[in-house]
Amino acid sequence: MALIRFQKPESPAWSPFRHLSVLRDEIDRLFESPLNSLTSDSQQFLGGWLPSIDLYEDRDHLTLKAELPGMKKEDIDIALHGDVLTLSGERKEEEKVEDAQSFRSERFLGKFQRTLTLPMAVAADKVHASYKDGILTVTLPKSEEAKPKQIDVKVE
Amino acid sequence: MNAVVEKRQTTNGTAARPFVAPEVNIYERDEGYVIEAEMPGVAKNGLEITLEGNTLTFVGRRIDEEMPGNVLYRESRAADYRRAFELDPVVDTQKISAEMHQGVLTLRLPKMERVKPRKIEIK
Repeated sequence: MALIRFQKPESPAWSPFRHLSVLRDEIDRLFESPLNSLTSDSQQFLGGWLPSIDLYEDRDHLTLKAELPGMKKEDIDIALHGDVLTLSGERKEEEKVEDAQSFRSERFLGKFQRTLTLPMAVAADKVHASYKDGILTVTLPKSEEAKPKQIDVKVE
Repeated sequence: MNAVVEKRQTTNGTAARPFVAPEVNIYERDEGYVIEAEMPGVAKNGLEITLEGNTLTFVGRRIDEEMPGNVLYRESRAADYRRAFELDPVVDTQKISAEMHQGVLTLRLPKMERVKPRKIEIK
């Protein structure tokens, strides 16, 4: 049986690199947070709420998706003027929090507006919108002229 | 001060599907705390809420995400949501409730009966 020097289990062996890694974590954290706040979706950096939007295209449609969590359907406006689509709306406070003490207030309340020029003509009378899980989906059928045409070529 | 305190994450998810921290509002009333978290694109079946000791973690995954065609322009991030908070010990963890409405998760964290302020009648 060997004799082993008693060592307190809760104090791990001293390592010179442990302090370095703690320092590195701290520096990472320092750079992480301010940069994230400048690039995050619903940042208040530019003084307003800019919900993020995505635009997709398939053969017959353009589809726009906008992240608008916690809104009421009737508070969202969609307007189409020619090929310019404007989304606007306002998010109102859902619950009265007068008697409450607030710890964090990161969600944006108030008005927003986003405008984009569509890359092609759409059939304005057939535009359809739905709102689910906080995502607004606007389906814009391409106008007949904008659809790709397929011409059958007969090879003899 | 007792409160709901953010718990720092040591990992940032897997490389395949990163996590982002959802924006939250947290407020306290006499009867308890309320946490609201914005997780657009997350349905009820994509939610995962766990309580380990005093740490409440919620994860939201965009399970039904579909790409209606080719991307022309994209601002949304292909990420899931995750955030964790250390709860005030007065929270009655048996009575935590959650609801999801249009991409907003609302967590209600009632306080234990004995710590709620009580009005004492003078006879």
